[in-house]
Amino acid sequence: MDVYLPIANLSVNGLWIVALGALTGVLSGLFGVGGGFLTTPLLIFYGIPPTVAAASASTQVTGASVSGVFAHSKRKGVDYRMGSVMVGGGVIGAGIGALLFRFFRSIGQIDVVINALYVVLLGSIGMLMAKEGLQVLRGTAGKQAPRRRHHPLVANLPWRWRFYGSGLYISPLAPALVGVVVGILTMLMGVGGGFILVPAMLYILGMSANVVVGTSLYNILFVTIATTIMHSLTTRAVDIVLVALLLIGSVTGAQFGSQLAVKAKPEILRLVLAAIVLAIAFRMLLGLFYQPDEIYTVYSL
Amino acid sequence: MRFLLLLLAAFALMGQSDPVLVPEVSQHEVQVRQGFTGTELLLFGAVLDPDGRAGQGYDIVVVLKGPSEPIRLREKERFAGVWVNAQSNDFRSVPSFFAVASSRSVSEIVDEKTAAIYEFGTRYIQLSPNGSIDPEEQLRFAEGLVDLKQRQGLYKEDMNGVQITENVLYQARISLPSNVITGTYTAETFAVTQGRVIASAVAEVEVRKVGMERRVEYFSQNYGLAYGLIAVFLSVFMGWGAGRVFARL
Repeated sequence: MDVYLPIANLSVNGLWIVALGALTGVLSGLFGVGGGFLTTPLLIFYGIPPTVAAASASTQVTGASVSGVFAHSKRKGVDYRMGSVMVGGGVIGAGIGALLFRFFRSIGQIDVVINALYVVLLGSIGMLMAKEGLQVLRGTAGKQAPRRRHHPLVANLPWRWRFYGSGLYISPLAPALVGVVVGILTMLMGVGGGFILVPAMLYILGMSANVVVGTSLYNILFVTIATTIMHSLTTRAVDIVLVALLLIGSVTGAQFGSQLAVKAKPEILRLVLAAIVLAIAFRMLLGLFYQPDEIYTVYSL
Repeated sequence: MRFLLLLLAAFALMGQSDPVLVPEVSQHEVQVRQGFTGTELLLFGAVLDPDGRAGQGYDIVVVLKGPSEPIRLREKERFAGVWVNAQSNDFRSVPSFFAVASSRSVSEIVDEKTAAIYEFGTRYIQLSPNGSIDPEEQLRFAEGLVDLKQRQGLYKEDMNGVQITENVLYQARISLPSNVITGTYTAETFAVTQGRVIASAVAEVEVRKVGMERRVEYFSQNYGLAYGLIAVFLSVFMGWGAGRVFARL
């Protein structure tokens, strides 16, 4: 099924794009990550220009997360208060990210910076999750010193609020800062940021696990809406036909994913996500050290 | 109809002593719409030679060029084990599409200098480089660019792409991939004999988006905010709709 993409300026096999959307949709419903970290590289690999791929992927993540948010809010899995604080930080972060993007682009190193960020972030988060997941599986976690709820720095911040959904009494500055960092990365890496958000919520804020996925999707929903609008105004690279194709796959995939998430054991889920994240980090690491397929890249002036 | 015109033109031009090239293109407008997967252009025409030298043989070279654009080309280099962008070079006029077809290998038809003047081949494209003056470096960048474009299917050479019938009629087929950009394409036809270009003619092909595709592009360029809101609405609506549908199952 040949479909012509009016903004990307080329024709693609529509079924492949729908299948790609479905794959990221399942991930998004299952783990609460947007799946952008998978969609964007795969679209580029398919031959779609990088800017169009990143912009359209962020719009698709909006759709994938909205069905996830609905699914999770039905079973009270979203802490709206916590999510809104993070969105506030995220919008500020997106602005900072846009400035950094312009700076790295002007010195011509944006693709190297993006690759290195992927390796460092995905690598360290993947290791952390894998370690914790294995400990739980072996049953050694119980023998550790009593597990702290959240990072000591978080506990020291002033001006505490009650977050009932998450079962926390902490300062809103902590989630806002997390939001800023995720916003910067969203703009720089063209991803929703869920794969950073979920571990940050678990290990830094210490939120209760049953609201983590829903709240992360809630944050991703609003941050990607902001990113889509920003792209439409500046790069004009959102391809609505590409978005629609990706969405057909991902909204259905997300539903299956969130149904699976209720049934599956959280420890297993964490290990599977850790494996996926580590695999991508490893692929990116090879990309930094091996001779790239394309030595030359074209920037239009 | 076109054939009749060709004949008419032939008789009208018989009085002149220089050979005349009458080119034609199968379509003067390529419409890019939904389902566009590329197209094939047929470039054909006739060489009219009043002095009857047609018998001694011609070669035909056809050059099809897309609209030019200025670009900056960056080169990756290994730095402390990591591949980073190092040098860059600007080119002021890089054709977005470039295809050469000839009746036999260009090196047999003309010498290198003539080939360079008329851009008979991807290595002769005049890219108007800017910046660094070192000719060796210049060449390396130009080769990298041409190689990249070739693998994208946007630059190509076909040394047997032109058929000549009875030393008068010629035809060449050049395929446009779906990733061509819109704009005015020029098809230049050259008749060559004894290493000399004796006649040339230009035909134009307009590649443009029509219908829905054109409206989408226009809307995204001119009404960015509304376009973004529509994209957001579409994705929220589809996500929400799927949630409703699945809730009932």
